[in-house]
Amino acid sequence: MTVDTRKGHPEAGRPLTLRGENLRRAWYRFSRHPMSVVGLVMVAAIILLAILAPYVTPYPKHAGAFVDYRNAGKPPSAAHWLGTDVFGRDILTRIIFAFRGALVMGIGVLVLVVPLGVVLGLIAGYAKGTLLETVIMRVTDVFLALPPLILALAVCAVMRPTLFNSMMAVCVSWWPWYTRLVYGMTSSVRNEFYVKAAELTGASRFHILFREILPNCIAPIFTKMTLDMGWVILTGASLSFVGLGEQPPKPALGTMVSDGAKYLPAQWWIAVFPAIAIMVVVLAFNLLGDGVKDMLATEEGS
Amino acid sequence: MGRELLRRIGLSIFVLFGLSILIFVIARVVPGDPARLALGPRAPEWAVQNLRLEMHLDKPIYEQYWLWLVGLVHGDLGKSLVTRRPVTADIREFLPATLEIVLLSALVMALGGISLGVLSAKYSNSWFDGVMRIVSYLGIVTPAFVWAIIFMLIFGYVFPLLPTTGRLSPGVSAPPTITGMMVLDSLLSGNLAKAWDAFLHLILPAVALAMGGLAQAARITRASMTDNMGKDYVAAETAYGIPFRRILTKYLLKPSLIPTVSVMALDIAALFGNAFLVELIFNYPGLSRYGIQAMLNKDLNAISAVIMVLGVVFVSVNIIIDIVVAYLDPRIGLAGRRNG
Repeated sequence: MTVDTRKGHPEAGRPLTLRGENLRRAWYRFSRHPMSVVGLVMVAAIILLAILAPYVTPYPKHAGAFVDYRNAGKPPSAAHWLGTDVFGRDILTRIIFAFRGALVMGIGVLVLVVPLGVVLGLIAGYAKGTLLETVIMRVTDVFLALPPLILALAVCAVMRPTLFNSMMAVCVSWWPWYTRLVYGMTSSVRNEFYVKAAELTGASRFHILFREILPNCIAPIFTKMTLDMGWVILTGASLSFVGLGEQPPKPALGTMVSDGAKYLPAQWWIAVFPAIAIMVVVLAFNLLGDGVKDMLATEEGS
Repeated sequence: MGRELLRRIGLSIFVLFGLSILIFVIARVVPGDPARLALGPRAPEWAVQNLRLEMHLDKPIYEQYWLWLVGLVHGDLGKSLVTRRPVTADIREFLPATLEIVLLSALVMALGGISLGVLSAKYSNSWFDGVMRIVSYLGIVTPAFVWAIIFMLIFGYVFPLLPTTGRLSPGVSAPPTITGMMVLDSLLSGNLAKAWDAFLHLILPAVALAMGGLAQAARITRASMTDNMGKDYVAAETAYGIPFRRILTKYLLKPSLIPTVSVMALDIAALFGNAFLVELIFNYPGLSRYGIQAMLNKDLNAISAVIMVLGVVFVSVNIIIDIVVAYLDPRIGLAGRRNG
């Protein structure tokens, strides 16, 4: 039982539980750098806008195959804050709707890739020196022999261009990075005493991998995931930029930039605002990721 | 070192062999019927049948792979299903153009990034360092194709100083092909004006490509340099009265560059990847633009050839970077970086 000795202290009465205390400390470390909080707010805003897109956008109909040639190619104005594209569609509306696809891309890829990459990395790292390790790590090397964007492009090229297929393509090129990260950590952690102790007590492989080793690798994985969100979204935008992602008339950030690039410089707003939107998304997740890194790094005591 | 180098090359050959299987699976197994895919749904059945025979699609899958691999080793990658030219001829024409951009870009990235990083470390915590910190962060999060559009707007239209499309100005004839790199070819044939024209066309795409890696290199160099500045040997050298400028260039620079060069392998990967988008924007006839066209046309022979060639180039670049790191830090050696 814990006794509250903080009588008269302003902190008195606050929960003494470890979890509450840890959370408060984590938030303190996270918010020490104001830019992390800015990143968090930006990410929250992007997610909210994407979810509420049909309600917050001025012209929800413009997110599809809508045509209004009387308003085509109009510069930014009070009615269309970011101008209209060559079909007369409101660019702000389309950007906000495109956030949906971008977030689906980011979350979908990470949800599929992280478990696979992490499990393979754990197995390879723990089985160091065996045939299993060699097989897993050499296959990883093969996938890493191509720049990720090129591999994703190649996979995309042979499939029908849809958001889901481009997501699959990014997955193919993304998992080895997690395998390599977790492999490195596992192969150094596996000789720690607590792992040896678990082995001696006859714990199962499953227990050792997922209850002893994995919890000690979770911080870098989590950091990488936050940072990767931005990069996955950017890769998705790059695929749609060359025409191998989400197909028109559905809005995708990359497609909007490449379509708009044809009308530079006269109608610069068609390409420039979606390009800025991509930058903002990557920036937001990077700031958030750096904050998460600070938060988790100090927790490790390093 | 010689032995390590051989081991690394052996490993790379193994990786490339694996890559050839991966590419074969992507190009031949995933799409279902590659011939039908390449010719489109409206092509007559006999044309599809002919192409199937030509691509050996009637043979069992392992034999198809074997034939493809043998062709690969002999430099015969089949015919482009769209242009009907041998893919090797296309690649010979377009690869040097891309290499030219990527080389210049890597140079800009390394020199620019390292010098900016060294300057920020030298004047750390000054206004210059502060500005650099924000600028490099923005540089990293800005995708290459966005840089391309920004540069195109600024230098192509607002201040029309540099050409924004193609490899040469209209009316300028191409130099005789020696290496395929136009700046080099013009120099070799002694035509300085032509070399200058080709060089001007390279600047915008190369710099747009380099920006992300440049910012990254600057950040990493600054971090490792300020880290090393706190080491005892620097204090000792300062105590001996060696001027700081000399310590910087003679003792600090080399060890501080190790992390930068190691990360540059990833940055160069990004260069090759982003070249696909940047060449498209600047309408630059390189391998990447050719590859994109092949992808949009479902030209599977060309796609697999382009990817394989880029794989070979990229793996070779990695070996070169390992050699540079081993030179910078003899303790690491060629074996060290992968496991480090």
